[in-house]
Amino acid sequence: MKALIFPLAVFACVGLGQLAAFASPCTVLTDAEVFVDGAFVPGQAIRLEGHQITAVGADVPREGCAVSSFAGRVITPGLVETFTQVGLAEISAVKASVDTDLTTAFQDQGHTVRAAVESWRAFNPRSAVVGVTRVAGVTSVVGIPTGGVIRGGAFWADLTGGSQAVSLQKTPAAMVVSLGGGSASRAGSFHVLGVALDEAVLWKGQQKAWERNQRRAYLTPHLDLIALQPVIDGTLPLLVAVDRAADIEALLSMVGERQGLAKVRLIIAGGAEAWLVRAQLADKGIPVIVDPLLYHGANFDQLHARHDNAALLAASNVPIILSTLSSHNARKLRQVAGNAVRGGLDRAAALRAITQTPADALGLSKHGRIAPGAVANLVVWSGDPLEISTRIEAIYIHGASIPQVSRQTMLRDRYRTVPVRRLP
Amino acid sequence: MTANGDVFAPGYVVVERGRIAAVGAGALVGSGGRTIDATGKFVTPGLIDVHSHLGVYPKPGAQAHSDGNEATDPTTPQVWAEHSVWPQDPGFQRAAEGGVTTLHILPGSANLIGGRGVTLHLRPALGSRGMRFPGAPDSLKMACGENPKRVYGGRKRSPSTRMGNVAGHRAAFLKAKAYRAKHGKAASDKMPRDLGMESLIGVLEGRVLAQVHCYRADDMLSFLQVADEMGFEVRAFHHALEAYKIRTFLAARAAAVATWADWWGFKLEANDAIQENAAFVHEAGGRSVIHSDSAEGIQRLNQEAAKAYHSGLAAGVKLEENDALRWVTHNAAWMLGIEKEVGTLEVGKRGDIVVWDAHPFSVYARAALVLVDGVVTHDVEKPVAPWSDFELGLEVVR
Repeated sequence: MKALIFPLAVFACVGLGQLAAFASPCTVLTDAEVFVDGAFVPGQAIRLEGHQITAVGADVPREGCAVSSFAGRVITPGLVETFTQVGLAEISAVKASVDTDLTTAFQDQGHTVRAAVESWRAFNPRSAVVGVTRVAGVTSVVGIPTGGVIRGGAFWADLTGGSQAVSLQKTPAAMVVSLGGGSASRAGSFHVLGVALDEAVLWKGQQKAWERNQRRAYLTPHLDLIALQPVIDGTLPLLVAVDRAADIEALLSMVGERQGLAKVRLIIAGGAEAWLVRAQLADKGIPVIVDPLLYHGANFDQLHARHDNAALLAASNVPIILSTLSSHNARKLRQVAGNAVRGGLDRAAALRAITQTPADALGLSKHGRIAPGAVANLVVWSGDPLEISTRIEAIYIHGASIPQVSRQTMLRDRYRTVPVRRLP
Repeated sequence: MTANGDVFAPGYVVVERGRIAAVGAGALVGSGGRTIDATGKFVTPGLIDVHSHLGVYPKPGAQAHSDGNEATDPTTPQVWAEHSVWPQDPGFQRAAEGGVTTLHILPGSANLIGGRGVTLHLRPALGSRGMRFPGAPDSLKMACGENPKRVYGGRKRSPSTRMGNVAGHRAAFLKAKAYRAKHGKAASDKMPRDLGMESLIGVLEGRVLAQVHCYRADDMLSFLQVADEMGFEVRAFHHALEAYKIRTFLAARAAAVATWADWWGFKLEANDAIQENAAFVHEAGGRSVIHSDSAEGIQRLNQEAAKAYHSGLAAGVKLEENDALRWVTHNAAWMLGIEKEVGTLEVGKRGDIVVWDAHPFSVYARAALVLVDGVVTHDVEKPVAPWSDFELGLEVVR
């Protein structure tokens, strides 16, 4: 066995959170093809001031601004990964570094209902996964907890690095539910959700009576019923992870049949078989989060998975959102969207599905778009954002230019020159 | 794109009796056979995935047919993956639709020595023997790092540490060497049949290729120490996310590196992955391969190679498209010991060919036509009934 020697070297330590900086009170990006109003428009300029986009058009005021020309380049909103554990899971198999599971001692024995737990308290904006994800053009994530039937609240975070206060944009952004097969009872999961929603409706009128001990106990803990109130009111989307077509049908009828749920705004996530019920989903305007790479029927809920799921849904006017459904693979988002196009989806539709559509579905009207007043989350691409050969030339999050540095690029640079030699 | 350095644009390939009879530039005049017009399309060798669990961990996932890890003992050189392969795994056809023509099915990595891997030629069959790549050597799957020590340490038995892993590898080969010494110098008819010993002695004698699951640089170095001590060659490290740290060393040892384009972070030993791994290994003179280890990834190996290629280019590595194409063709064939049969478009090799509807490194490219031994296994224009009996009826009851 030959020995290895690593030459001693001193490596500068750079805190990634400190790198973002404003170079000038305003910045103008010119001459680019820009994704505006859901379409690619050539010859556009964008003016950024502070955290915001303040102007977009063929010409924008540029006095006193730093001007960067991006001729031949494409600028899109920063990409949005809508179903991920970025910032919640550092190393998937190291349990102590994974904070996606919202169990507490206040829940039922099976921890089926976790609506009241605030998943975003565990979000780590300084995670190495944040750095790796954002240099791939993903500037926003929707953090999704795991486990249980009512998993708890999801949150929207921008990958600014730095503090939670700066990073977290909406808490909660959705209430997450999981239905279907696997180890738990399928009908049982519907039962738990149905009881919780029924009781949340009852709670609205009987909260005072419950507080005076004039009402019998609820099956669902009262803190969870309180957390479900904005779902009943329709101000917080109910994001349901479900794959099987029959389960989607059952969900739609359950919500349709019950009293007091008329305002509930559903979002389907996963939706491997959603294409089979696309007419109903379109009729109700229910957005669906899908992974276009999911085409191998990984379990019995996905037997009818198709590679053109997204294209079929879009053709029926179902609002679609594309996702990796993953934590560490969130950086593959543009490849995922490219594969939806490979499966027949229009390219602009694919880009909308990873920018504006998720922002609209979750009620963030200033995210996922390039428009005056919008949050300045932008990516400058060397060409077609979905094509593998395309490189990222600049990233702006909250108006600040983000260096293309992550723990992985630092490893790359540390080992760029061969650091070993063989001894005789 | 021959994967042998040549790009003929336009060009032709002639297949006769299942083998490539001619390949060259320009238009072919008067071949006399069936002609497939690939104008505007791209032709490459069939893709080869050196690390797959199709058939041994089929979809849909169920304990009833999860047959990839004989996790009853850390050392099971006696088991053969081909005896677990369920040829009805729908994943086989999905892989064929992605341009794969050959794949190597390995046992899982629960065990230090997991058993023999088998190289399959990708076509429908009722038993794995019907898919076995003719003449391909077997491999022996071995694993270092977290998996074996987690599986057995969790049961309060050895190995529960990395040092336990290495001791287990050494003990197995010492036993094989003693067995061989007792019964003659080499494996022979006189040797009493012992399935495990046959696999291990096959590795010692170079007939069975050592395919080693390893992530960390130090784990790979430890395993090479074992190989040196016992006297066998490591054909390839699989996953090998830290290969870039020891790339000159691996290149000098001629151990191939089969890795992903960008998987990382799923466990601690996968924390130091970089997207330039394959490119850096290539640059140092090593033999890079992009593998899938995934029923999803095997459907688009061309994209995985493209990602690794463009990451390398962006980091300043001098790379040709031909180099990256070889990561999923020729180099993969070498890893499996079948480089004389497949992996490039060369006269005499098997007619394993993919016609792509766009450049194969584009995210939008689809395999339009796939041939194995000159026989069509996928034609995007002519959808066929599912290969797998399991998928029958899904169409009817939608």
